[in-house]
Amino acid sequence: MIGHLHERGERRRGKTRLGPWSRRASGGALAVALAASLLGCATTEKAAPAGLAAAAAPSGRVVGMRRLTESQYRQTIADIFGRDIKVAGRFEKVARSDRGLIATGTSDSAISPAGFEQYDLMARSIALQVTDKRHRATFVPCAPADARLPAPACAGAFYSEVGRYLVRRPLSPGEVDFYVRTAGAATATTGDFYAGLSLGLAAILVSPEFLYRVERATADGQTLDGYSKASRLSFLMWNTGPDKDLLSAASRGDLDAAKGLRAQADRLLASPRLEQGARAFFTDFLNLDRAYELTKDPVVYGAFNPQVAEDLPEQALRTVVDHLIVRDAPYPEIFTTRQTFMNRRLGVIYDVPVAQTGWQPYALPANDDRAGLLGLGAFLALNSHEGRSSPTLRGRAIREVLMCQPVPDPPANVDFSGFNGASTAERRTARQRLTQHVSNPVCAACHKVTDPLGLPLENFDGIGAYRSAENGAAIDAHGSFENKDFTGAAGLGQLLSQSPAPSRCLTQRVAEYAVGRTRTRLPKGWVDALFKDFQAGGYRFRVLMQRVALSPEFYAPPTSELPAAKVAELRPAGAKAKEVQ
Amino acid sequence: MPFPSRRKILRGFLNGAAVSVSLPLLDCFLNDGGTALAAGAPMPLRFGTWFWGLGVTPGRWKPTVLGRNYDIGPELKAIEPWKDQVSILSGYDVKLDGKPNIPHGSGGIGFRTGVAPTGGVLPAPSFDVLISDQVGSSTRFRSLEISATGDQSNSLSGRGNGSLNPAEGSPAGLYTRLFGPGFTDPNSGEFKPDPMVMARKSVLSAVSEQRKDLENSVGAEDRRRLDQYYTALRQTEQQLAIQLEKPQPLVACKIPDAPPMGEVGNQIEHVVVNHKVMAQLLVMALACNQTRVFNMSFNQPASSLTRLGSTISHHQLTHEEQIDPKLGYQPESTFFVERCMEGFGYFVGLLASLKEGDGTLLDHCMVLAHSECNFAKEHTVEGIPVMLAGRAGGRIKTGLHIDGGGTPATRVGLTMQQIMGVTVDRWGTGSMDTNKTISEILA
Repeated sequence: MIGHLHERGERRRGKTRLGPWSRRASGGALAVALAASLLGCATTEKAAPAGLAAAAAPSGRVVGMRRLTESQYRQTIADIFGRDIKVAGRFEKVARSDRGLIATGTSDSAISPAGFEQYDLMARSIALQVTDKRHRATFVPCAPADARLPAPACAGAFYSEVGRYLVRRPLSPGEVDFYVRTAGAATATTGDFYAGLSLGLAAILVSPEFLYRVERATADGQTLDGYSKASRLSFLMWNTGPDKDLLSAASRGDLDAAKGLRAQADRLLASPRLEQGARAFFTDFLNLDRAYELTKDPVVYGAFNPQVAEDLPEQALRTVVDHLIVRDAPYPEIFTTRQTFMNRRLGVIYDVPVAQTGWQPYALPANDDRAGLLGLGAFLALNSHEGRSSPTLRGRAIREVLMCQPVPDPPANVDFSGFNGASTAERRTARQRLTQHVSNPVCAACHKVTDPLGLPLENFDGIGAYRSAENGAAIDAHGSFENKDFTGAAGLGQLLSQSPAPSRCLTQRVAEYAVGRTRTRLPKGWVDALFKDFQAGGYRFRVLMQRVALSPEFYAPPTSELPAAKVAELRPAGAKAKEVQ
Repeated sequence: MPFPSRRKILRGFLNGAAVSVSLPLLDCFLNDGGTALAAGAPMPLRFGTWFWGLGVTPGRWKPTVLGRNYDIGPELKAIEPWKDQVSILSGYDVKLDGKPNIPHGSGGIGFRTGVAPTGGVLPAPSFDVLISDQVGSSTRFRSLEISATGDQSNSLSGRGNGSLNPAEGSPAGLYTRLFGPGFTDPNSGEFKPDPMVMARKSVLSAVSEQRKDLENSVGAEDRRRLDQYYTALRQTEQQLAIQLEKPQPLVACKIPDAPPMGEVGNQIEHVVVNHKVMAQLLVMALACNQTRVFNMSFNQPASSLTRLGSTISHHQLTHEEQIDPKLGYQPESTFFVERCMEGFGYFVGLLASLKEGDGTLLDHCMVLAHSECNFAKEHTVEGIPVMLAGRAGGRIKTGLHIDGGGTPATRVGLTMQQIMGVTVDRWGTGSMDTNKTISEILA
């Protein structure tokens, strides 16, 4: 479901999403470039035109292999071939590393046989569409002299041009030759030039150089090579591979000098596509990938349905992007902002009338208990059970997700006897039930960390709708945070916005996201330095992104080999995460 | 033009549909087989796991009598009709050697990999993968993973190192994977290798021959991941190779109809239906020799099963529901245990209902059912509940209750591997390192 993120709301605020290959337009721009480079190809079948391929295969040591996420895969294909090329398939999930980001999971993720089978299916389907009668004029302008025979020069030009966007660097002459020979053999077997051409393209699409972002170091091993730098920049800012400008900058060595790097970083930051990068980051950071898969009990929560499960994270992403990118507002205010977006389905849950169809900007009333990120349905519903809210899950998410403070798992022999049943006279509200539960000191150790942050959100039920009572008993929404007492979601939002912890956590997560490594394996002192700049820059998200992009640490190869025991934290569904009451 | 117009997108989709028509048309959908010749040939031996989450209730599942006349408790009722075909293995422990008991993680992973995990991932290959390495290479699928609750990450099968074989979660998806493009009816009589399949196979072979360049420049950790990538690629290549060979006719193989669209999710009513439909498809996949290894999950460890209108899930119930003082157990939690057992009873019955060779499909199978814990309320991993169904082609005795008496649960995984022909004489790490086969079940 993550992959559909970028397909949502693409017409928002009348903006046009620009393609990566030109300032003018997407998709078609590449087609123009292709047509230009392939002129003459149709009539003469000689060696592939010079200059399209790199002089030699990349030789640097590989210092990282990060698996493409579903949204990156989809975005890359849409950027290169346009949105009418359908990507139909089931993506194997990249697991989060333990309580961390999917982005760090990609550095450890391995492809299973079933996962490869799906990649193979998708690759063939994409390659067939690209070379079909409708699209071949756009992407393969050189018709072969005889459509039943191989046409090496034509195939070579096609692979050189398309290949560099797919593997994010120019293909070496050896690689081009390999794909040309592969296509030629397939043409010979099938008796169809385009069938052969499409199988060669499918081969690129299942190659490890496409499915993984293969990062290479320079000869001295001190930093990444230019193309790997370009990829890091582009995936951080736009969640897709480098465009033509960025690849050219990499080939000229511009990214190795401060001025050239700055120019490219600023160009990417200024683009409307930054929004797409921010969406990818916040989906990962806020665990919104899980929100798309939420299910709720239909009897308990009649207003919830699969469409709402898509609306909730979309609302959260719109709110975050509007706040941080469009209005360039400080990050801490994300916890107090009253600005959000609403559609009719969510209007039912938020109990507000929505006159028009589609998404509308919406300002929450100033005296409302609902404010900021914590008041959004996505956060409230995601950190709840199927049939009821969970102060502990919510408190844990505030600690772990928003403040980067891990909360230990409960012991295996946990005793929930104080938590039994639902609505006896003394146990009508979650606060009453939890109070009994935490009379056990073993449980109290963790619950005193989580519950005081979750109980104040109890005015919102398991899908985020407002309520003043649970099982007929009034809800007590007081809590305390950093030695200050407060009431309700709005009160907690105020205190969170005054605390440095969430902003520091965001800095750490952006750094982890950028390099695909967990906190303990980040360059020493980097997060501190970034945080200082973030603070000095008024907690503007763009400033943080720019500081990351310009710092040498962003391009530093990991100092040592990954320890052998380090594996992605792929846990069987339900294990651990749901263990909290 | 920044965006393709709506019309253009529509045309694009239509064109996409036209493209898919050029894939090989499958006359097999029209054929019901039945013209097989291979009477008397030995039937292949299959192995599968059948997983259910959240264990059993003390005093309601484990028989008190050992051997052939074991007693049927309330939670074994659903197995009663198949009692002489199902053995109960109790008293086999996952040993943690002081590592923390990760709730609903340690038991299942430890049982399947022989290693007590420190996180939620498989630290080593699961034994079903080791078995599929032995017997899975001659079929289209090395193994099939299926989840009746719809979540593809609900799987305990994998090669270790963070890799997990994701499960098929919907009946429609499973049907397409098994009987959609790429399926050849073994009984259709006609066979002509598809040139497109030949070309695809050569392309994949070529890609795998390219591996040296990249492999030589990566570190050890990434090399391991590249190895997994190439293993996966070779499996797809192998599937293509099998599609290029004329399949042996199989009497029991009848192509099923496409299943109706239904709801997928954690609601028990849907899970029961989806499990049945996917079990039926799986049975035909076995009869049509598409795979010899499978992993079926009825629900998850820390099961999210719900009943319509209930505010709490199976997992929450196991912890929050009081033990009824009169009954002596948790009635709501037990409800779900019984549904799980009925699921397995149905599964065994289905395998037994299909005639194959000189017996039934079940006779040529060995199906190991297990959970990730014993008593979910306390997350106990001592005495992982296990049931073993089928005769494994006459290699094992059936209908016994055997108590392991607290010996390592790896004895089960070791025995399964040995019966399936894996050459292994000891398996597991730490206190779970064992060379003691469960010899009581060997025929």
